[in-house]
Amino acid sequence: MSTTTVDPATSNAPEAALANRARFASLVQRQGALAIFVVVVAVASVSFDSFASQGNITGIAVQASFLAMLALGMTFVIMTGGIDLSVGSVFALGGVLAAWGSQHGTLAAFVLPLAVCGAIGLVQGLVIARGGLPPFIVTLAGLLFARGLLLLLSDEGATTYKVPRGSSFRELAQGELLGIPYPVILVVVFFAIGGLVLHRTSYGASVLAIGGQEDAADLMGLPVVRTKVLTYVASALLAGFGGVMIASYTSSGVTILGVGTELEAIAAVVLGGTLLTGGAGTVLGTLVGVLLLQVIKNVINQIGSLDSDWQSVVSGTILLLVVTLQRVLTRGDRT
Amino acid sequence: MTQHSSAATAAAAGVGDPVLQTVGVTKSFGGVHALKGVDFELRAGEIHTLVGENGAGKSTLIKVLTGVYTPDGGEVRYAGETVHFRRPADAQHVGISTIYQEVNLVPLLSVARNIFLGREPRRFGLIDVGAMNKRARELMAELGIDIDVTAELGRLGLGSQQMVALARAMSVDSRVVIMDEPTSSLETAEVETLFRVARGLRDRGVGLVFVSHRLDELWELCDRVTILRDGEWVHTGPMTEMTRLDLVSKMLGRDIEEVRAEGATEFGSSHLKAGEPALVVSGLEVANRLHGVDLTVRPGEVVGLAGLLGSGRSETVKAVYGALKARSGEVTVAGRKVRTGSVRGALASGVALLSEDRKAEGIVPDLSVRDNIALAVLPRMSQAGVVSEARIDALVDTFMKRLRIKASSPDQKVRELSGGNQQKVLIARWLATEPTVFLLDEPTRGIDVGAKAEVQGLIDELAEQGLAVVLISSEMDELVEGADRIVVLHDGHVQAELDSTDLSSSELLAALAGDREPDSQSPSPATNQAAKQAPTQTEGQHA
Repeated sequence: MSTTTVDPATSNAPEAALANRARFASLVQRQGALAIFVVVVAVASVSFDSFASQGNITGIAVQASFLAMLALGMTFVIMTGGIDLSVGSVFALGGVLAAWGSQHGTLAAFVLPLAVCGAIGLVQGLVIARGGLPPFIVTLAGLLFARGLLLLLSDEGATTYKVPRGSSFRELAQGELLGIPYPVILVVVFFAIGGLVLHRTSYGASVLAIGGQEDAADLMGLPVVRTKVLTYVASALLAGFGGVMIASYTSSGVTILGVGTELEAIAAVVLGGTLLTGGAGTVLGTLVGVLLLQVIKNVINQIGSLDSDWQSVVSGTILLLVVTLQRVLTRGDRT
Repeated sequence: MTQHSSAATAAAAGVGDPVLQTVGVTKSFGGVHALKGVDFELRAGEIHTLVGENGAGKSTLIKVLTGVYTPDGGEVRYAGETVHFRRPADAQHVGISTIYQEVNLVPLLSVARNIFLGREPRRFGLIDVGAMNKRARELMAELGIDIDVTAELGRLGLGSQQMVALARAMSVDSRVVIMDEPTSSLETAEVETLFRVARGLRDRGVGLVFVSHRLDELWELCDRVTILRDGEWVHTGPMTEMTRLDLVSKMLGRDIEEVRAEGATEFGSSHLKAGEPALVVSGLEVANRLHGVDLTVRPGEVVGLAGLLGSGRSETVKAVYGALKARSGEVTVAGRKVRTGSVRGALASGVALLSEDRKAEGIVPDLSVRDNIALAVLPRMSQAGVVSEARIDALVDTFMKRLRIKASSPDQKVRELSGGNQQKVLIARWLATEPTVFLLDEPTRGIDVGAKAEVQGLIDELAEQGLAVVLISSEMDELVEGADRIVVLHDGHVQAELDSTDLSSSELLAALAGDREPDSQSPSPATNQAAKQAPTQTEGQHA
């Protein structure tokens, strides 16, 4: 903890300056990604005619919706001070299971992937919370496990499960309401619920407390183990549901999806101002982080002369910039 | 206090009946028996203090009562029935709240959030933030604490944080409240608030366990006392029938005459002050904190630093140690200039700092005693990056003997040691660096009387061996008896320098109190009020 003694005899001026600085720092922490997002969107709208078109914006929103689901779960995990590396693989596994399930009816397309992904999350959560093993290792194992299971199911990608023609399951990601694609609506609804859960339920309070000071949360009698288990289950379920959505969107189970997506999700969460050490952050910030990453990809695609590999280079650079800025501004404020 | 009516009715039933008991409780860690069959009885409507030397088993007993540890043998009874607490939540659910010595709250959350964590007021199933803040405000007003309940807890001083912990404990309907050294980071005014609240709870039939290393507080507040020694029950009886000497002798297991002859603290008379200064600080400035501090310490001299809240005592030693960036000023150690703002530079010149917050800044709880001691000397103990294990073992062995560190072996985890022994491990770590100047920030805070005496004796011994010591303490006796000279700081300036040979505690208080400026401009209501209400209290602590 930093020294925050207030000298009784200091005059008001430096005091106010300090408070302003703290306020500014916390604003950047929370809204840094939003500022960059606004700038990038503004520049892109001016530079490329096609950027601001309705089609392109809808495209960005739909493309971002899959990552958004993973990132929402990741936000809660990181908020507890943990990490979930398994979500990329779980996402792909969910997609393949959904496509497979859809051949046996729309209900199976939901139940099968969510049951399997939820079970993976439950095991990870129990091992982390009860066994006290580091989340990094446990979810790395989960990553390998889910990816392996996926390759087994698809004969190393040789078998591609297709969603049957005319299946109502396709509607999930391909349908729209008032011109807004369902995935986008789902993301908005899920994030609204996520925000409510984080800030207005005792589960959310426990999540923040555990990330802030786990020992204290335990001594205060908060349900530490239950909260953590729930968080990893939720993360896996959201990743699985992201997979369900993409299976519906592509009308098939694509095995090569989701490689490295967990890292993109982590990047989005951190861009959104959530402390990687846990204890503070917002889901809205995460959504901005996801959109920012997607817009960068889109802009680089618009610049026809640039190789798409530049997407990662630029995303990485911006991530580094944002976290450095956050760090510089909060220095001496927090440790 | 009106909102505790349900606690009152719940507890009023059986004033005087045992509410929390242990019968023959045993607990051991790594072969060390911390509790050897302890009987303890807390009655409803009493304030009961637990007293014992360093390592006597007080903390362990409290952790058994609060569900942090499960006992190896014996039983815990609550309201007459045997209970098995497996985690802190179990104890809390039946109505036992605890205020710990180290603040155990969540720094990133707001004050109101911390008070109600796990028990938030709801509306339509969701947390009602407005109602939560309102109730928190009411609670604070009742306690007479002026804190913004929406502020992030981590931005408050440690004293204020402790008051939030108190508010949290008060907000539950408890039949038992356990306070483990709650006053060690509080200002006088805050201690008064705490006592007022404690007495109010007692009068409503709540049973309170109160632990404090400040002996005076025991007679002021407590009804009965239970004394532990070496993990065993020694005595239980009314506080009024016990003299101070009685208490200390029972606690240490020593003769009353012996205690009387040796005095209240372990400090000897003054030391040699000859020779070139070991430490010269001139014009030290730190933004907003220090405005030109001068300090000279000779080898073998103990210089006390005194001052009120915000006077800059801890900042001074931190700046000398390089942990705080100095804007200007010079630090010279043994005639050689030290680069300011660099801990490595300070260490290399022979400056060591024992920081006031051993939990956050010193001890690595999961490392062994050996590794904790060896941490600071690793660079010197290695050749081309290879550490000589044998040399470290020898060094650790020397210091464990010299400082009489009580541990089952050098490999025991520091986490399992008592507060006093942890402090000794830290002192050993710094002594191992063979410092010329040793800066001690509240070296005896939060440790027991016996261990305190040992640490005081040790400081004396170190000075006699020629170490230059800077001593910060919020206890007047310790400064007056322990230091050769006392430098009084105020508002980042040196206010006065007193020779402590003929100085009494009250004279030092007068020096601290007399030179205070009127608090006309108030940058922070909370801190300022504390300072205002506590004109004679030294800067107990700051976050």
